[in-house]
Order: sequence, then structure tokens, then C-alpha cells
Amino acid sequence: MSPTDESSTDGGVQLSDDQLFGQLADSDSVELSGRERLARILDAYVLAPGRVAWNDWRTRLGILIISLFVLAGTIGPRVIEAPATNQAPTNHPPFVGGFGAITEEGGWIDLAQVSLGGVSLPWLSIEFPLGADNYGSPIGRQLVHATPDMLEMVVAGAIVSVGFATLIGVTAGYKGGRTDSVLMSLTDIVMTMPGLPLVIVIAAIYPPRQAWLVGVILAIDAWPGLARALRSQVLTLRQESYVEASRTMGLPSRTILSRDVIPQLMPYVLINAAQAGRKVIFESVALYFLGVLPFTTANWGIMMDTAYSEAFALVDLGNFYQILWPMSAIVIISFGFILFSQGMDRVFNPRIRARHAKTVGGDDEQPPT
Amino acid sequence: MSEYLGRARKGVAAAFGFLAGFDYYWRKIGHAFVTLISVTTITFVLFRLMPGNPAQAMRAQFEAQLEGSGQAADPEILDQMVQVHTGFDPSQPIYMQYFEYVRDIVLYQDFGQSIQYGDPVFDILFRAMPWSVFISVYGLALGYSTNILLGAAMAYKEGSRFDGTMTVVATFLNSIPYYVGALLFLAFFAHDLGWFPSGGRYDTSIEAGLNPAFMASIVHHGALPIMSSFIVGFGGGALAMRGNSVRILGADYLRVARLRGIGSVRIATRYVARNAILPLYTQMMIGIAAVFSSSVVLEYIFTYPGVGWYTFDAINMRDYPLLMGSFLFFTIVTLVGILLAEFTYGIVDPRAGSGGENESY
Repeated sequence: MSPTDESSTDGGVQLSDDQLFGQLADSDSVELSGRERLARILDAYVLAPGRVAWNDWRTRLGILIISLFVLAGTIGPRVIEAPATNQAPTNHPPFVGGFGAITEEGGWIDLAQVSLGGVSLPWLSIEFPLGADNYGSPIGRQLVHATPDMLEMVVAGAIVSVGFATLIGVTAGYKGGRTDSVLMSLTDIVMTMPGLPLVIVIAAIYPPRQAWLVGVILAIDAWPGLARALRSQVLTLRQESYVEASRTMGLPSRTILSRDVIPQLMPYVLINAAQAGRKVIFESVALYFLGVLPFTTANWGIMMDTAYSEAFALVDLGNFYQILWPMSAIVIISFGFILFSQGMDRVFNPRIRARHAKTVGGDDEQPPT
Repeated sequence: MSEYLGRARKGVAAAFGFLAGFDYYWRKIGHAFVTLISVTTITFVLFRLMPGNPAQAMRAQFEAQLEGSGQAADPEILDQMVQVHTGFDPSQPIYMQYFEYVRDIVLYQDFGQSIQYGDPVFDILFRAMPWSVFISVYGLALGYSTNILLGAAMAYKEGSRFDGTMTVVATFLNSIPYYVGALLFLAFFAHDLGWFPSGGRYDTSIEAGLNPAFMASIVHHGALPIMSSFIVGFGGGALAMRGNSVRILGADYLRVARLRGIGSVRIATRYVARNAILPLYTQMMIGIAAVFSSSVVLEYIFTYPGVGWYTFDAINMRDYPLLMGSFLFFTIVTLVGILLAEFTYGIVDPRAGSGGENESY
């Protein structure tokens, strides 16, 4: 793109060349600092799709739900007291007093005074709103205090599975030939292994004691599907002219992959990171519920297990709330993840977008810039 | 005419893939075999090579048992006991142990002996397997049929209120884990309403056999587990099917087909359904592994003694031969399921046999 001093060889008018490229060259020849480069990459691949995605209610709701859980996981444990047994009466029911409790004394919610810098302000005092379990440990506090470990697990699991899938899928798709068939055979083998039993076998012999380690073990099961999907994406990308150009210029595969190919896949990777996070939550809760993993980390599955096997929440429906709250937390966070990934899918997937545009009317949809 | 002949030949080849010698089927069988060997290797490595492995733990356990009963712990006897349960002799070199382990599993179906039951692991699991397959296959089949029908209906009515509502409903159902569904079913349909039994495979008071009452009780006991494993199969498939169908409905060849005056039934079944189902079919191969995996949790919740229930039992009792055996069993069942799917995929998608070789960079 840089202007050259050579005269044009096709006999065209030289002036027009300058007119055409002069401005472009000026703006292009400005040396970009690392920070600016980063800002541009961020804008092109993260912010711009983000803005498009934000127009969809799904993404907004998804992001809202996920941020709520992140808040609960970061600030929550600092604000809310740690749960302990006998803080509340055993099997304390949720929302004691119902709506009437807001106006009346006693019950789950009361008006109280709080003094802030010498000024007394009206405040709401909330007393075990979600009830307490078999041991008198308040469920709301347990839920909040389990969130940091859950988030740690989700993040670790998502990063490992998505990172591994990207490495395998992109290499296989781009390299092709023998590399492709070897890597894809490996993927197929892992894909056809029943994931949960494998994880159970590993966890039974080497019980993971840290939350992030649980996430990493669960990632074993999560990467193959994504690796295959990424490979097929790369198979179409590798035919693109700009990739062809980079190859003709003799750039090493590593550079082509990191500069030309992977950025194109970012939204897709993000979608699948959300899906992987959901999968990690599902499976970890299942394993804690079964009692396969050691109870060294806090998890909603442990709460479900206590409610199921000690409070008999299923037989005695009076205690059903004890298992309902952790289950609701799982359903809500995974709903958030799914909405988020669906909204992102709108940005990325031209199949859905094209048809969508058609029903709105014509091809006048704004490109995502 | 020749097209139909070709298709018929392909169908025969699929059924007798191993005889016809088609590259595609051989490759798939080869894959399955490699997977089986790798899984066996994994169980062996976990079992034998890792520090603090179950074989050592078992040896210590037997030693304690013998000493408890006042006998001297002879290392040779201990080795023998470990060999009976695991199928390899700890005193032999590693590669011989590995060879014998794989040979026993692949050739003689010898998975070792369960510690707590004292029976060969293979017998225990082989008796339990049909029940797991029964639950999983019905769950998967129901889930995928619903996916296809619902997805097609949503695509047909694209943009309508039905489409919008069902999309939200399907998304929400998708975010419910199968075990949450199972717990809800158990609490309300079994314990509260008492419509279904809360556990077991069949009513033990009825004489087992091919009498209608016994079969009805099997269905009755299986209903809730099947409903729960239906959730596994359901997944996001309906939305995927909707997306595929919508894309195909807008394709040019469909327009051409209409212009050619082809009947709408033929268009719906041959043009739209077939093409839209193809991606779901490949997705189902992952689904098979997922649905068998889920049976560990489901069978625990419903106290349904299938392979999954024995897996859970083995973990609790530290019965490692049974645990490893059930993992191998899950792998084999999954592999067979996937092989069946792959072979029939050759019939559904004629392109499958001619896998495109791409240029290597």
C-alpha cells in the first residue's frame, strides 16, 4: 500500500495514482504505537461486534445475568457474612411472613435504621430470605459464597478448553494433509470417549482439591466439538485471498494464523467460551451432587447433595426450597450464558443474519463497523 | 435409474461395510478400534502406572485384610489376589502387564473381578447394560425427533408468534440441566403425585418374563429416566434445526424445484428435511456420548441399576476394577452407537464416502 516512486507501467496517468492513493497512504504511513494498535484491534474485533450484539435483547440480558453473578462472586463474599451452621434455625423456611413481612415486625424483611457517618438512615434489614438448610446454615449466604469458586472453575475450564480447541482446530484446518488427519483422529477419539465417566474415573483416583483444577479436568471433555467446528471454519478461511497473499509473501504459518486467521474466529471462540462455561457448571455441579469430588471447594452441587440426601428435599416437599435455590442459580447462570452466546451468534453467523436482514427488508443492513 | 442403483449399492455397502471394503467404513472401524485401545491404555495407566494408583491401594487393602484375619501377608499371595481382581500380575514387567491387560479385554472380555460383589466385572455390567441402553436410546430418539419436528415447524412459521415463543421456550429448556429436570420429575411425579415409582427397574412382585404386566412395569419404571434423558437429547437441537431449515428454505435450488413444479410433499421431505437433518446427524454422534455419560447421574437419582448406577456404586465402595470396567463399558457402548450412526450416515449423505482431501500447506 505504500506509495512508490516507480513510474506506472501500464501507461496510465500518473496524477490519478497520487490522487487515489495519496490520502490513503498518508493516513496509513503513520507509525502506530503498540497501544494504538491494541486499541484498533480491540475496536475492530471486540467493540464493534459488541455494539452490534448489544442491539439484541438476548445479549443484553445475558451480559446482565453474567455480570450479576460476577458481582456476587467478587463483591458478594465481602459484603455478605460467611455461612455457618446454626446461624439460623434448622430448616428455616424462605420468605417468612410473605409480603406482609415488609410492613410488619419480624419475618424475612424489616425496616431498620443504619447510621452512616452519624446520620441515621432508613434501611432494610433482611433476615435469611432464602431460608436455611438442615444444619441451620443460611442458603442465600451459601449461594453467594459458593460463587467465587464456581467462577474460578468456569474461567479455568473455559480458557483451557477453548485454548486447546483453538490450537488443535486452527492448526489442523490450516495445515491440512497429514497434520489434519492426525489431529482430527485425536479429536475424534476424545470426542467418542464418554466424557463424564472419564472425568469421574480421573477424579476418583486423583481428587482435585482446587476449584481451577476441577475446571481444567472438566475441560478434557469440552474441547473436541469446538476443535472440529473451528477446523471447518478455518477450512473456508484458508481459501481467502488475503490468506493466500500472506502465504505467497512467504510469511511463516505462525504469523498467518495469528494475524489473519485467528482474529476472524474471535467471536466464534467467544460464543464457544460461553458454551464451555455452561458445560463446566453443568458437569461440576453433577459431580459434586454425586459426591465424586472432594468437598474442599464451595459449590452449588454440594448444597443440592445436602438437601437431597440429608434434608430429603424431594420426599418432604416442605424442604424442597433447599434444593430449588441452588438449582435455580444453575438454570439462571446457564440461561445467561446461552443468551449471551446466541446474541453473539447474530454478529458472527451470516446465515442467521442474512435471513434476518431479508425479513427486515433488502440488503441495507449496516456492516458491523 | 442409475442413481437409484448407486444408492442401493451404497445401502448394501453400508450394511456390510466391512465386507464391501469401502475405505470410509474401514476408516471408521479403525477409528473405533484405536479409540478402544487408547481408552484401555488410559485405564491401564491410571490403574497401574500413576503413583498412588489403585493397584497399590488394593494391595495394601488386601494386606490389611489378611493381617486382620491373622494370616501372614505373603507378597506372592497378595500379587495373586491383585491379579485376580485386575487381570494383571504386579510382579511382571510393565509391558507384559499392559499386553495381558489389553489382550484380556479385547480377546476374552475379561475386565477383572469386582471387589465388593466378587463376580467378574463383565458379567455384572453385561447384565446391567441393556437397561442403560434402553433408557439412553429412547431418550435420545425422543429428543431428536422432537428437535426435528419442532425445528421444522418453527422454520415453517418463521417470524410468527409461535416461532418467537418457542425460540424462547427452547432456549430456556436448553439451560436446564438434565439432572435438575430429573430431580423435579422425581419430586413431583414420583413423590408428590405418586404417578411413577421413585426407583428400580421393574416391579419385583411381578413375575419376570414376556407377560404384559411385566413389560408395562418396565415402561412405568423407565418413564421418568427416559423423560430426563430426553432433556439431554433435546439440547439446542431444535434451534439448530430451525436455523438449518430457514437457510435451506431461502436457497436457490428450492426455488428452482418449485418452478419445476415438484410437489410440496416431495420438496418438504427430499429437499428441506434431508438437508436440514444432515448437520443434526453429525451432532447426534456427540449426543450419543453425552447421553450415555448422563446415565451415571440419572441412574443415581432414580436408583436405576444400569451401568451408570454401578459406576456410582464403584466410586463409593472404592471398587476400582468395577469402576474401570464400567468406564470401558461406556466407551464400548458409545463406540457401537457412533459406528451405527456413521454407517447409516453414509446412506443419508452420499458425499460422506468421498471425503475431500485438501491440499497440505
